[in-house]
Amino acid sequence: MKSRLILCILLLGLMFSTIAHAADTIKVGILHSLSGTMAISETSLKDVALMTIDEINAKGGVLGKKLEPVVVDPASNWPLFAEKARELLVKDKVAAVFGCWTSVSRKSVLPVFEELNGLLFYPVQYEGQELSKNVFYTGAAPNQQAIPAVEYLMGKEGGSAKRFVLLGTDYVYPRTTNKILRAFLIKQGIPESDIMEQYTPFGHSDYQTIVSDIKKFAVGKRTAIISTINGDSNVPFYKELANQGVKAQDIPCVAFSVGEEELRGIDTKPLVGHLAAWNYFMSVKNPTNAEFIKSWKEYVKKNNLPGGDKRVTNDPMEATYIGMHMWAQAVAKAGTTDVDKVIDAMAGQEFKAPCGYVITMDKENHHLHKPVMIGEVKGDGQFSIVWQTKAPIRAEPWSPYIPK
Amino acid sequence: MMKSSILLLMALLAFCLAGTAGAASPEFEAAIRGLTDPDRDVLIASVQALGELGDAAALPALQALQDDAMLISPEGRPLIVAADGAAVDALTGQPFTGDTGGLDAPSMSNQVRRVLEPVLAQLALSSPDPAVRRRSAEALLASADPDMAPAIEKALHKETDAGVIRRLSLALALINLDSADKERKISAIQALGDSGEQDQLAKLLPLAAPAPGGGFAEPDPDIRRAAVAAVGKLERKAAFVRAGRDLFYGVSLGSVMLLAALGLAITFGLMGVINMAHGEMIMLGAYSTYVVQEIFSRHLPGLADWYLPFALPLAFLVPCAVGVLLERAIIRHLYGRPLETLLATWGISLGLIQTVRLIFGAQNVEVRNPSWLSGGFEPTTGLILTYNRIAIIAFAALVVGIVWYLLQRTPLGLKVRAVTQSRSIASAMGIFTNKVDMWTFGLGSGIAGLGGLALTQVGNVNPELGQGYIVDSFMVVVLGGVGKLAGTVAGALSLGIVNKILEPFAGAVLGKIILLAVIVLFIQKRPQGIFAMKGRMVES
Repeated sequence: MKSRLILCILLLGLMFSTIAHAADTIKVGILHSLSGTMAISETSLKDVALMTIDEINAKGGVLGKKLEPVVVDPASNWPLFAEKARELLVKDKVAAVFGCWTSVSRKSVLPVFEELNGLLFYPVQYEGQELSKNVFYTGAAPNQQAIPAVEYLMGKEGGSAKRFVLLGTDYVYPRTTNKILRAFLIKQGIPESDIMEQYTPFGHSDYQTIVSDIKKFAVGKRTAIISTINGDSNVPFYKELANQGVKAQDIPCVAFSVGEEELRGIDTKPLVGHLAAWNYFMSVKNPTNAEFIKSWKEYVKKNNLPGGDKRVTNDPMEATYIGMHMWAQAVAKAGTTDVDKVIDAMAGQEFKAPCGYVITMDKENHHLHKPVMIGEVKGDGQFSIVWQTKAPIRAEPWSPYIPK
Repeated sequence: MMKSSILLLMALLAFCLAGTAGAASPEFEAAIRGLTDPDRDVLIASVQALGELGDAAALPALQALQDDAMLISPEGRPLIVAADGAAVDALTGQPFTGDTGGLDAPSMSNQVRRVLEPVLAQLALSSPDPAVRRRSAEALLASADPDMAPAIEKALHKETDAGVIRRLSLALALINLDSADKERKISAIQALGDSGEQDQLAKLLPLAAPAPGGGFAEPDPDIRRAAVAAVGKLERKAAFVRAGRDLFYGVSLGSVMLLAALGLAITFGLMGVINMAHGEMIMLGAYSTYVVQEIFSRHLPGLADWYLPFALPLAFLVPCAVGVLLERAIIRHLYGRPLETLLATWGISLGLIQTVRLIFGAQNVEVRNPSWLSGGFEPTTGLILTYNRIAIIAFAALVVGIVWYLLQRTPLGLKVRAVTQSRSIASAMGIFTNKVDMWTFGLGSGIAGLGGLALTQVGNVNPELGQGYIVDSFMVVVLGGVGKLAGTVAGALSLGIVNKILEPFAGAVLGKIILLAVIVLFIQKRPQGIFAMKGRMVES
């Protein structure tokens, strides 16, 4: 009897404490896979999100309240993404969610956010052809990454390529991007016979035939490879390129999903000169980026994260960082975390980003204006920037090159 | 732009004076210094200027530029860094005493490399080393330019090395292909046809084929006839090369599958344990290799290139120990209950993945290809046999040999075979079936670990490494015939070759689907696999 009373009191106390706790924090959901195939890429985004929350809290939080992260693990399982998103919105009542990497995971949570009127910040470059009121896209749309990269390859600096290999992993992002690129190339006067399009399954590891076909295809005209190969298959692909003697100055390969983080697992000496297109590189030289890298390194060290001093920053991490700061600014401006008011306050938000520009949230299309940079792989796994736009460019989520 | 054209002008001027000026002429010095200019246009103009000066003294600096071995000293002077890290001034040859750690490198890009390569090749053509000349002739062949014809002809006269002569005359033939002189053109076509170089097919085809609008693109019938003959020759060669290529790629893919599946052929094939954690044994082998590599690069940097042979024992023993532990702790309680075994081993596999992820992180870890496994050789043009693939084929053969020896020629193997054929009778004969099970499972896991060591050379190393091979491994074992080593070998190689023959026609995705469908049909027709177990099998 007595013990039950104590238990009751304890429970009551616990309830009060959580209520009291809830009252002076704002909950923020972090929805990134920490296990499964995508953990490779997404773990860093969770880490940088937590770092950004620490940073905002250190400056006093938002609306006088501290941010409280709620980290869930959707385990690279697309339906589980939707379930976890619902849990974050309904059970934890988070003010905003930062998450997703693959397009398929974004497509899976989209109905949940629209139904419950949640707020999602999506930090990865993607194929476009989507625009939801409940999502802010802080990564690049195709015209902020893919199209400029191809234009670069066709220009004199990029080697005046006349023939193109579109090589990708078989899922929605590469298929859609290549559809846009094919339409774009044909509009630029490249005949169908000079475009080779190939797909490989997720986790494909045997690129012998494909690389040897590319070499054959490249005979006679300057050729470039446009790779939308997803993280895991990149290592065997690049190893095969190097072993079969494909050099970057002869057949450059520009990748849209390979950044500093992916190169960490590769011996980059044979890859020197191959290209990547992003909106940010760790090697960008400016004070904001130096600060960003410094706080990241300190965060890694303080929390003793695996990888230690080898950890790098990359484009989606920068996009997460920008997204979270902009959201905090918007909440401060709106004076509330109410989703509709925050969405209104997001329009036109500005933030001085590590890429060296003041990044603006477009007033209408929920995408950022971003600079485009093209980098060549260096021997140390970093990129040397060989080309970049003079100013941030506006996103075109709906590509003009393919019908809607 | 302005600056670069001025420099170009200077370079041209330098070219006129090159005859009179000495090795360290001011133009030469200016051009070498220009290599450190942050403006890429100036850098390119400097490389071109050095090419036009034609002074072989520029070779070390240009070579360093190409190999990313050039740094810029704090005073803005170009430094050449040797392999051991010592830096010397590119102009004076004086050693650089400061710290090279934080120094900038020249602003290289593909654009620079494209200009640099032919310049280097041209300069290297006068090198006394035939290997250097051969490489330079190769580069000239890749970028055959009519302006270089006189230089190539001159070099041909002096040349004695057969390899260099072959490449140079081919380069000359390529240039002559556009010649207005009929005789020259025909002999160029014949030379290209005889060369057997697949790359030249694209250049000859327009001369041989009918034009799209009717008639022929090439008006002269003699030239056309020569071109048709040359194309025929090249195409016959191409078919031959293609067959060789499919065979080699198929065998190499088959060897990878074989290495992945061999351990499973023992644990599943011989013991009948549906081991879903098999992939993780491969992964443990790969991580053991990584650990050995790290130890070597930290403590024995001199031997770092030879870490692989030393990784062999660890890559076998770690998964073997884990396998024995699992067998003792969990799997032996589940013999004869396939469903529970499947679920339990699957759970183990998730546990192992997460453990490794906690220790090493979720990201890929870098396992370097040792230099003796990088690159490849070309027995005939168009067919490159890469060293790492050759090594894997040889390694697979070796591992199969060891396993065969263990199973057929050792007491343990005898016991394993006895228990496989009839557990109860083996037990009645005084064999501790219990212990045999433990060692067999350990052996299977260890072999899987060796597969993991091989896979580090062709793919990723991350905690999910094994997941990608588990399906393929089961496919190979089931196709080959459960319980037969020869079946596993046949299954892996035939899967590899069929896959590679299908891939060019059907693409990688469809090829895999077709292959799976074919296997399903085959198993329907012949459930026992390619090789059937003979004799009285215990159906359990």
